[in-house]
Amino acid sequence: MDFISILSIFVMACFVGYYVVWSVTPALHTPLMAVTNAISSVIIVGALIAAAAGGSPTAKWLGLIAVALASVNIFGGFAVTARMLAMYKKKER
Amino acid sequence: MEHTAPPAWVMLAYLISGVFFILALRGLSSPATSQRGNRFGMAGMLIAVVTTLITHDVASLPEIIGAIAIGGGIGWVTARKIAMTDMPQLVAAFHSLVGMAAVLVAAAAFLNPGAFGIVGEDGFINPVSRVEMGLGIAIGAITFSGSVIAFLKLAGKMSGAPILLPLRHVINLGTLAAILGLIGYFTVDQSPWIFWTITALAFLIGFLLIIPIGGADMPVVVSMLNSYSGWAAAAMGFTLHNTAMIITGALVGSSGAILSYIMCKAMNRSFISVIAGGFGAEAAVSGGEAKEQRPWKRGSAEDAAYMMQQAESVIIVPGYGMAVAQAQHILREMADVLKKQGVSVKYAIHPVAGRMPGHMNVLLAEASVPYDEVFELEDINSEFAQADVAFIIGANDVVNPAAKTDKTSPIYGMPVFDVDKAKTVFFVKRSMGGVGYAGVDNDVFYMDQTMMLLADAKKMCEDIVKALQH
Repeated sequence: MDFISILSIFVMACFVGYYVVWSVTPALHTPLMAVTNAISSVIIVGALIAAAAGGSPTAKWLGLIAVALASVNIFGGFAVTARMLAMYKKKER
Repeated sequence: MEHTAPPAWVMLAYLISGVFFILALRGLSSPATSQRGNRFGMAGMLIAVVTTLITHDVASLPEIIGAIAIGGGIGWVTARKIAMTDMPQLVAAFHSLVGMAAVLVAAAAFLNPGAFGIVGEDGFINPVSRVEMGLGIAIGAITFSGSVIAFLKLAGKMSGAPILLPLRHVINLGTLAAILGLIGYFTVDQSPWIFWTITALAFLIGFLLIIPIGGADMPVVVSMLNSYSGWAAAAMGFTLHNTAMIITGALVGSSGAILSYIMCKAMNRSFISVIAGGFGAEAAVSGGEAKEQRPWKRGSAEDAAYMMQQAESVIIVPGYGMAVAQAQHILREMADVLKKQGVSVKYAIHPVAGRMPGHMNVLLAEASVPYDEVFELEDINSEFAQADVAFIIGANDVVNPAAKTDKTSPIYGMPVFDVDKAKTVFFVKRSMGGVGYAGVDNDVFYMDQTMMLLADAKKMCEDIVKALQH
């Protein structure tokens, strides 16, 4: 992919993000932060590439540490979001 | 080494992963759809990880599985055990990890660019990739050190008071300019010292940016760091030409930016003034001497119980003090007793109540308060005029009428609850001495219809529940 296609995806995604986030109800702003935290750990993709590659042992170890850090976030972020969301209940009628 | 384009299905898989992340956020538009949204998020992450593992020659699978297991285990256990009141510091800690992961990935890409397919035909790293890596490592490092400071302040391991260095604006702007200048220079000279200097300066600026910001401005800071962690992921997504990372980065970046904007607006402060820091430091000094003795009334738990039983409608305004005292459960019990006696009870939440966006809502949800009894500022503010009782627990600045009338007040222009219009006001507060975060006196204390309930919030609610059941 050339730089311009990537930039186009990025700009469009910013607009999507803008509208989607404004539609999030303020009551769920804390879960929003927790889940955005979890999904921003998609940086694990870069960490996996570094950890998987041969060539530079240092880069591999940096990658492995990054995989571990991102995993803390992925598991922790989704789990804590799920825990919070399960608490939001409607009035029993 | 020329980077070959990955097969179409791989691109599609990352695109689907990105779309699933959009759906994860979309689900949060209502509590009813939010759990499904979260599952979309998990599925998106699984797709991204599995796609990456199958499309690369993985030389070290056991180590990778080990790293995921260790990290995942720590994350899982932490998420299970953490108290809801500690959520702001947990989120700050998680942000710091994303920041550090971005730094490590950018560093690995610099040390082993061949693996990332960013080496040009001349044998050097592509100049565009160098800018992306420079930005990625700088934003990642700022996110890391800034979040560590935010974490320490929120967890009370470091004083929440602003720490003001002399000439800090000059130092900060100089450091930022140096980082940008070096990233520019990095495109013509890929010497390692430039890359590592950028990293070191970015760690430093993250630290310098957050230490002058006080505890109650943390909602803005946490949102801002949330935004940065997104931009760091996006920058690395550019380097890797990875759609999932770019879409996620853009989503998270916008999300944090919008939350910062909402918080700033709810305090009527500009983003710049929050980031410049120091708020509350001067006001607290001047507020101390100008204090005159004004008459106020002290109420008891029995007074509060009696008045609320007689009331038709009670509006509860919770604030950070409720979180500190862990009073949300007993508060809900108090509301339950009142509801059984036919009193209408509603909760009013200010956007900046607590230490992060939505903090109060989570605590009330934890205490099993139904979310349809909890209202936002603009939806409930007109109802105070008809309310018999406004019950303020652990909030202060968000009910201060000076924000509406006193142009010299540091909180002037901030939207506040019109609690002064309620027939009776109960103000739960630990002592008369402490002022709110903004360091300003509150006229509500001295109104004829106000009774101060001076006690720990949890203790006071327990006493009121006892009195109600008599």
